[in-house]
Amino acid sequence: MLSYIIRRILLMIPTMLAISFLIFFIIELPAGDYITNQIAALRASGETASIAKLEFLRAEFALDRPFFERYLIWLGCWPGPNGFDGLIQGNWGWSFEFDRPVSEVVGPTLPLTIVLNFATILFVYIVSFPIGMYSATRQYSWGDYGFTFLGYIGLATPNFLLGLILLYLFNRWFGLSVGGLMAPEYIDQPWSVDKALSVLAHLIVPTIVIGTAGTAAMIRRLRANLLDELHKQYVTTGRAKGLTEGRLLYKYPLRMALNPFIADIGNLIPSLVSGSVIVSVVLNLPTVGPVLLSSLQSQDQFLAGFILLFVAVLTLIGMLVSDLLLAVLDPRIRLGGRATR
Amino acid sequence: MTGERSDLTHAPAGKREVEHYVDPQPFDPGSVEELTPEQERFYQASQWQIMWWKFKRHKLAVWSGVVLILFYLCVPFAEVIAPYTANTRDSNHLYAPPQPLHLFHEGRFVGPFVYGMKSELDMTNLKWVFSEDRTDVQPVRFFCSGDPYKFWGLLDADFHLFCPAEGGTLFLLGTDRLGRDMLSGLIYGARISLTVGLVGVAISIVLGLFFGGIAGYFGGIADNVIQRIIEIMRSLPELPLWMALSAALPVTWNPVWIYFGLTIILGLLDWPGLARAVRSKLLSLREEEYAQAAVLMGAKPKRVITRHLLPGFSSHVIASASLSIPSMILGETALSFLNLGLRRPAVSWGVLLNEAQNISVVTVYPWLMAPVIPIIIVVLAFNFLGDGLRDAADPYK
Repeated sequence: MLSYIIRRILLMIPTMLAISFLIFFIIELPAGDYITNQIAALRASGETASIAKLEFLRAEFALDRPFFERYLIWLGCWPGPNGFDGLIQGNWGWSFEFDRPVSEVVGPTLPLTIVLNFATILFVYIVSFPIGMYSATRQYSWGDYGFTFLGYIGLATPNFLLGLILLYLFNRWFGLSVGGLMAPEYIDQPWSVDKALSVLAHLIVPTIVIGTAGTAAMIRRLRANLLDELHKQYVTTGRAKGLTEGRLLYKYPLRMALNPFIADIGNLIPSLVSGSVIVSVVLNLPTVGPVLLSSLQSQDQFLAGFILLFVAVLTLIGMLVSDLLLAVLDPRIRLGGRATR
Repeated sequence: MTGERSDLTHAPAGKREVEHYVDPQPFDPGSVEELTPEQERFYQASQWQIMWWKFKRHKLAVWSGVVLILFYLCVPFAEVIAPYTANTRDSNHLYAPPQPLHLFHEGRFVGPFVYGMKSELDMTNLKWVFSEDRTDVQPVRFFCSGDPYKFWGLLDADFHLFCPAEGGTLFLLGTDRLGRDMLSGLIYGARISLTVGLVGVAISIVLGLFFGGIAGYFGGIADNVIQRIIEIMRSLPELPLWMALSAALPVTWNPVWIYFGLTIILGLLDWPGLARAVRSKLLSLREEEYAQAAVLMGAKPKRVITRHLLPGFSSHVIASASLSIPSMILGETALSFLNLGLRRPAVSWGVLLNEAQNISVVTVYPWLMAPVIPIIIVVLAFNFLGDGLRDAADPYK
């Protein structure tokens, strides 16, 4: 088991490097950089006083170096103007737009981003598991049809639109401000039980909104997997031997169907993280989502790059956890090779 | 199939050397078992015909197909179907609510008509308040000339399927901030929203076939490298990358360029799934007896791929591609909604939803959320259609 974990974690390193390069390439795609654009704007308005300062900043952040050098400096594998000082050394870069270090800008939003994504995955598991089981064991019942229909609707409604609709309905019916992390009266207040409860209440809607599509997909998968198993001969044998229905289900087919269920969570995580970004923008949640949007719009490259990397690493860690869970569950994987999907 | 059959059943059981016997009669496959015309039709049907028969049995998928065809009719004929053009502004009707369509006026049948709108300025809330004027009957005109437009940007015309009464208004889904008709916006927006998925999928198919084909056919190092790339791409959250890429599109580009840029971005991140499907399908098909037979008979790789392998998985590829169209439609909608994709004067459903970004606006003018409905319908229909196609393309069902 230990060797499996170590191998799995070591495998993440080249993946992470490749992803960091891809992300750096993408954020460098727009023509010019934040400071050259500023300089151009200043030149256009005839102001030349602060250009020297900007030129200094350009050298300070190594923006005048060639592409590969810039990438390595950003990572921290190449001496920059201040020696080795990059992501590996814990320096996340500088946000030009906010004129503060990236860590100060996104730092407060990171815990909530992690909590939100974790809550969503939990939500997907908790909701889809019983419903999938119910749908498979009572195939073609009214409940099954109802859940299938709901699932299709959930799958077809893009999560940010669902967020918009829920915002509207909640506002209409309950007069509740769904957006934001807490009710307006608690902002800037010291932490209290009421404030924590308010935060919790405000987390419910985003969790549902982000998790719905994933839940629908998981219900469909679990239902199909379980149905496949339920029609196999060993189930008939177990029934003939006199096992009660509940025990029979729990002892054999459910365990077989659980494997792909957990493996699929790994496939689902990228779309969940995607969803959390845009839903946060719509619901105005203080996660990395809105910061990413504004940093992309203003071409604040280090900030955008760090957030993209953070989101990608979050996905990778999620997939790692799902793989490890799978290994705990299935001896074939931890003894043999990697998960077969 | 005509050929010669060596009939060994008549060979005597002795050890004596038997002369090689060839039946002079032409081979008749029907001699063993007579096929009914129906069976014959089934056995001789091409793969696509069988797919079509299977697909027809999937009622939900067929209906989804019909719905989609209806939606796609808006693409070429948007100008004719929409009562206004997408950017016609009516400054007297800002944020006008939807006008319901009536058939009877005071118990008398007049055909489809709307009541005129009275507007007054509410000075306390600083907004226009619209109310129905029950005396002002404005019958909808059909096959009429109304708002002038350039058909496909080429021909000047003013013919519409239906238009408002002379001097009247026809805002069936209300208007937005600048008094632009929502329904017309939806019809024009279908043009971009519905095609963005098709073009994106075409790009993704080309890339997927290319990389999946290389990985599956050549194997070895190429396979390993491509497999790793696919794995990495699939573990990335799509939307943040889409956002970053479309933020990189120059603002100075005109809408057509942005449109193609967007489709390329959407297709660029979608191909790994398809490439993986192509690769695994190619690997398994390569081991099939008929492909082996072709290789043994001396067919060149090109012939093996195009004549024997490609027909085997083209149906599968089309089915799985159709399932990724909805995610592309949603991708474009999300990007335009966030102001990172298309912008006015280009109209797509995402651009229209952009107006609904502010929740306080939405609560007062809920009809701005109208684009949600066609999006959900189209995505659902594509999902059902894709399911049906996939089942029909599966030879083992």
